[in-house]
Amino acid sequence: MKIFVTDRDGKEHELEALEGWRVMEIIKDYKLDLKAECGGACCCATCHVYVHEDWVDKLYEMRDDEEDMLDEAIDVEDNSRLSCQILMSEELDGLKVTIAPGTEI
Amino acid sequence: MSENKHKTDVIIIGAGPVGLFAVFELGLLDMKAHLVDILDKPGGQCAELYPEKPIYDIPAFPVITGQELTDNLMAQIAPFDPVFHYQQMAESLTKLDNGNWELTTDQGVVIEAKVVVIAAGGGSFMPKKPNIPNLEEYEDKSLFYAVRKMDQFKGKNILIAGGGDSALDWCLNLQPLAQSMKLVHRRDNFRAAPDSVSKMRKLVDDQKMKLHIADVKELHGENGQLHAVTVQPKGEEAYQIECDTLLAFYGLTMKLGPIANFGLNLHENLIPVDTEKFETTTAGIFSIGDINSYAGKLKLILSGFHEGALMAQQAFRYVYPDKKLRFQYTTSSSSLQEKLGVDDKAA
Repeated sequence: MKIFVTDRDGKEHELEALEGWRVMEIIKDYKLDLKAECGGACCCATCHVYVHEDWVDKLYEMRDDEEDMLDEAIDVEDNSRLSCQILMSEELDGLKVTIAPGTEI
Repeated sequence: MSENKHKTDVIIIGAGPVGLFAVFELGLLDMKAHLVDILDKPGGQCAELYPEKPIYDIPAFPVITGQELTDNLMAQIAPFDPVFHYQQMAESLTKLDNGNWELTTDQGVVIEAKVVVIAAGGGSFMPKKPNIPNLEEYEDKSLFYAVRKMDQFKGKNILIAGGGDSALDWCLNLQPLAQSMKLVHRRDNFRAAPDSVSKMRKLVDDQKMKLHIADVKELHGENGQLHAVTVQPKGEEAYQIECDTLLAFYGLTMKLGPIANFGLNLHENLIPVDTEKFETTTAGIFSIGDINSYAGKLKLILSGFHEGALMAQQAFRYVYPDKKLRFQYTTSSSSLQEKLGVDDKAA
């Protein structure tokens, strides 16, 4: 499985994804600049990404705590998600996301 | 000695779980500690980011929340009377002629000690800033990320941005003394305490304040004095809100801050230490917890506890150079139990 992650400089990275990993963990594993300071507890909003339009509807719907936490993210859009709340599965093979501002280490 | 000047054995920068447990390990070896933390409470990330979230990898606690862990640590270190300096950032560190270290905080508190322990985790919690071009121009003049003195906002036309407890609490507290109060939030849903939210909605219904559902996009004013803010509602045209004061509450994030200038050979914003004493390249300065780095480092609370225990052994040699260190167990040592205030029956 693969995901495609665009960094804040606009460069796209093709990353190998493993079933059950959080997208945040995959991005961190490849050492791209993503703060994710609470470590996946949905408590900080510093793993904020924009999901490519083709993929928005394929994701599980946001839980309330994720929507709440987005209040602390910067430049929130309709396709904003916290990458720690996206779990990789077969259906998401090829997922495209862009790292949002305000998530710098 | 003035109230802003202190002398102790060990200064601990950071009152998170690892800094707190260091008080315990130092205390068993008769060393007193002062702790400096930017937050207004102990617990660091555990208390600020996830007080209600369960943690499952604290030894002997199958499950414990961040707040419970903090409370337990506070109870455990109580016998050692640590001194806390809250809402202060460790700003500079200098070596004195007598060989001691002197730490100065951004609030002007000065602490002298033989040993410094940096347990600052991911750094100092600082306010998140919105992505607006000319923000700095207004900061501390008419744009604020915290309220230190309410009086400062008397008679102002205030716009508050955010939807959490800080935003709502200040909305309710400042509304009675402000000239006008407005709240702007990205959605008509608030994660703040339900009671605060209904009080705010009542004020809106009574036309005592206004609520705007939109994002803040631009600031307008001159010489740091705000006149208005442009906001963008979802799918509608942007418009301006008049105000002379903006209070932005978008939560906190950790930044390394002045520790970067302490001369500790930082590597990727982490402080390299040895794994025998958890001492930095500067003698007498130690680093434990998430902020240090060494081969095999894992950022776990339990690792920080271990690091604190080993650190205390070496700190003892600086604080009591002429004493011999005796290794004892709390289960059997009556002198340790006395320090802990354990009575005979419990022992």
